[in-house]
Amino acid sequence: MALAKRIIPCLDVTAGRVVKGVNFEGLRDAGDPVDIARRYNDEGADELTFLDITASSDDRDLILHVIESVASQVFIPLTVGGGVRRVDDIRRLLNAGADKVSINTSAVTNPDLVREASDRFGSQCIVVAIDAKAVTPDNDRWEVFTHGGRNRTGLDAVEWARKMQAYGAGEILLTSMDRDGTKIGFNLSLTRAVSDAVDIPVIASGGVGNLQHLVDGVKQGHADAVLAASIFHFGEYTVREAKLAMQAAGIEVRL
Amino acid sequence: MKVAVIDYGMGNLHSVLKSIEAVNEVGAEVLLTSDPDVVIRADKVVFPGQGAMPDCMRELNAHGLAEAVRESAATKPFFGICVGAQLLLEHSEEGDTPGLGLFRGEVKRFARGLTDAQGERLKVPHMGWNRVYQTRPHPLFAGVADGERFYFVHSYYFAPAEADLSLAESEYPERFSCIIGRDNVFATQFHTEKSHRAGLQLMKNFLAWDGTV
Repeated sequence: MALAKRIIPCLDVTAGRVVKGVNFEGLRDAGDPVDIARRYNDEGADELTFLDITASSDDRDLILHVIESVASQVFIPLTVGGGVRRVDDIRRLLNAGADKVSINTSAVTNPDLVREASDRFGSQCIVVAIDAKAVTPDNDRWEVFTHGGRNRTGLDAVEWARKMQAYGAGEILLTSMDRDGTKIGFNLSLTRAVSDAVDIPVIASGGVGNLQHLVDGVKQGHADAVLAASIFHFGEYTVREAKLAMQAAGIEVRL
Repeated sequence: MKVAVIDYGMGNLHSVLKSIEAVNEVGAEVLLTSDPDVVIRADKVVFPGQGAMPDCMRELNAHGLAEAVRESAATKPFFGICVGAQLLLEHSEEGDTPGLGLFRGEVKRFARGLTDAQGERLKVPHMGWNRVYQTRPHPLFAGVADGERFYFVHSYYFAPAEADLSLAESEYPERFSCIIGRDNVFATQFHTEKSHRAGLQLMKNFLAWDGTV
């Protein structure tokens, strides 16, 4: 197979700055999004994902300026998510230079948004983000949660992924709420169950603590792409090191 | 020199424009335009396209740009990207849509249930960085390694009716044409504006190209 598995660093952005959580003690400024995006790009990141975690609606437009600046200098695909509620939010992000827009809570509250957006802009730019949590002790059934994992929806994550594909999603960004921030690795059963259930690519997210976890996400989780934040932000590993580890494990990567 | 980037309301052209500006060492004037006269007067034309081919064809006609595209593709250095490249063929399976018919051939959908040689399932859209194997020499390949990776995102691919129209191929899992062209026309299925250094190199070569092969 010649198609490379992708490594996607994720940047949390608020009020126009990249932030990172430090041992769950809150957020610290991690720098200018353009500088960080450029660094990951130079290291060989295959795509970048920006998650707008801005709380205040007054500051919402700042993400547009961030994306505009990044897109003027970094020529790899950019995905933006966080607070996307209306078709017009998507239009504005795409016009600012985003290649894909990720829809999470609003896909649950208004699934037609996914249909409408993919009809209007094409499936290729509509990512549905699914936050899933195991609801059985055996980790064999997972439910969709919204609002950053606070609200239980009653939706089965695998069924939901299938439904979102039928509504026109071009890709699934799958985050395990159980694993997010734990650094013990992806929820591989969840990742495999969703990836095997759909025809569209699945990005695994949540729980990466070392490079073997990325390998496992692809080989055991059947993920088409792996997303990680803290292992790159804290300088533990570079994107290039991650790719070399994947290549050593027999995975096609772009070097 | 004026380079027209055709804007017919299909997709994000910000990156296309910025990627051209990033390699514009020849001091070209780069214009994003939906005016057919501007396209016809330009020295070179970039024809992007995103989304579904029926929508792209409809919008191209609604903007009165189809004739300007045909004329440009017949007369000056012309670079098609993604659906902008697919539109050059006669017909697409996507929505049973007629194309501009500059090149003989079809646009076909990847089959469902594809697997690779190891039996691993291949997803559609074909999304990500894949290798591009040059099958014919071309001036735009200067400085681009054979087998270099470019960024793809598509569910439909070129099936040109004449073998010499195909300039490069990729694999998913079978070989498929991913660059088509003839004379002054060069058109890629992948996104040069999202393909990092390799994509920028192609665009840089295009700015320097006189349209001969």
